[in-house]
Amino acid sequence: MTFRFLSGFGAYWMLLGKVFSRPEKPVIYYRQTMKELVSLGLRSIGIVIIISFFMGAVITLQTAYNTENPIYPTYLIGLGARDSIILEFSSTIVALILAGKVGSNIASEIGTMRITEQIDALELMGVNSASYIILPKVVATLIFNPFLTLISIITGIAGGWIVGTTAGVITSSDYIYGIQYAFIPYYITYALIKTLFFAFIITTVSSYHGYIVEGGSLEVGRASTKAVVYSSVFILLVNVILTQLLLS
Amino acid sequence: MIRVENISLSLGGREVLKDVSAVFEPGKTNLIIGKSGSGKTVFLKCIVGLLEIDSGAIWYGDVLFNKLDFRARKEIRKEMGMLFQGSALFDSMTVEENVRFPLDMFTTMSYDEKLERVNFCLERVNITDSNRLLPSELSGGMKKRVAIARAIAMKPRYLFCDEPNSGLDPKTSIVIDELIREITLELNMTTIVNTHDMNSVMENGEKIIFIEEGEKCWEGNKSQILQSDCKLLNEFVFANALAKQLKESAR
Repeated sequence: MTFRFLSGFGAYWMLLGKVFSRPEKPVIYYRQTMKELVSLGLRSIGIVIIISFFMGAVITLQTAYNTENPIYPTYLIGLGARDSIILEFSSTIVALILAGKVGSNIASEIGTMRITEQIDALELMGVNSASYIILPKVVATLIFNPFLTLISIITGIAGGWIVGTTAGVITSSDYIYGIQYAFIPYYITYALIKTLFFAFIITTVSSYHGYIVEGGSLEVGRASTKAVVYSSVFILLVNVILTQLLLS
Repeated sequence: MIRVENISLSLGGREVLKDVSAVFEPGKTNLIIGKSGSGKTVFLKCIVGLLEIDSGAIWYGDVLFNKLDFRARKEIRKEMGMLFQGSALFDSMTVEENVRFPLDMFTTMSYDEKLERVNFCLERVNITDSNRLLPSELSGGMKKRVAIARAIAMKPRYLFCDEPNSGLDPKTSIVIDELIREITLELNMTTIVNTHDMNSVMENGEKIIFIEEGEKCWEGNKSQILQSDCKLLNEFVFANALAKQLKESAR
């Protein structure tokens, strides 16, 4: 078990070595990156907005019900929702959701390319298949995921405001005061740094699982599941490390 | 010319190729035949470098291919074209983009020059007005033909075909076989075809290598195959009733 994990870990780093070697024709890689920006980035906006809106709403309602005490000023609901959304939800939870959506998509796409010999076809032509397939995905997510995080932060806070005021747990002025109160801009930097690490984990771990597929459609399905599980575990692990490093 | 000397390979503890040697000549359609699981595809993948051999040598002309690193192999790979068993067309690209791909990657041709070459290759394999179609919109035979067009786009010196007739009806199989033979002669390529289709063997078999359990059991041509004394080859060649009857009547 340990040996298998270590050999897999070694193979992952070796694959990354191939991925980050010099591209054959940069203009082709640029075009591929543009395609991936649409496929992995733009097409994730919808789900990020929907989830962020409702999570922002729930965070606000739960904060309100847990601080129902005359000692606490109500604007703390807005403050609590803002910090939860920026510090943890929009970076980590959205990354976990993207690990499911984008990660499984990447693993199944590359896995299918492997079992249908498309990767062999690339190799046979003399193309560095790992770099051609994976590098544009990594670059695209590193560029676009910070924007997804910012969209998530804005939508989450907006969701909290709309639902919080509609449900009557907080007034609009208190919420707006709360989300501005004692704001630390570094929290945004912290969230964006985490997002970059998570984007890298999602694309590379999922690509690795797709790239090493052997067999048929059943194995592609398994690779897709593994991609999501491993990406999620690594995201949580790196989250702990980054939080300690960046906030201590 | 491609020369293979005493190559062996084990996969998962099982010896799948045992000391196989062969010479494949240019301008000829060289066939590797054998039943399913005999090691034909592994042999072909070793020749093109998709699998690394345990021992032996693979020569492309005077170049010892199996000792080259990725960058050096790349130069020889630009002279290779391959038709994969399942065609291996890129799903997300149209027919035109598939055929243009190697030109995009390795040439400095202008778009118009590339398009001219793509259309020439597609016309050569009798595919017209399909440039904008995706692989999912093509029939099995069309996919094979587009894959051949992609394989010859760079005017290769070596063409490899892994079971080009698999999944095709007999008539389409004949069309593909004829196409491979004609293109081989036109471009004076060294063509190696993996097959277990006896019609292909009798039509195209200018040089035939029979593989059984990873070992080369017989070597000859289509006129010698029916007279062979090799028991394993006879079992393979005359496996179906029609072939058996033909042999009886020949006697």
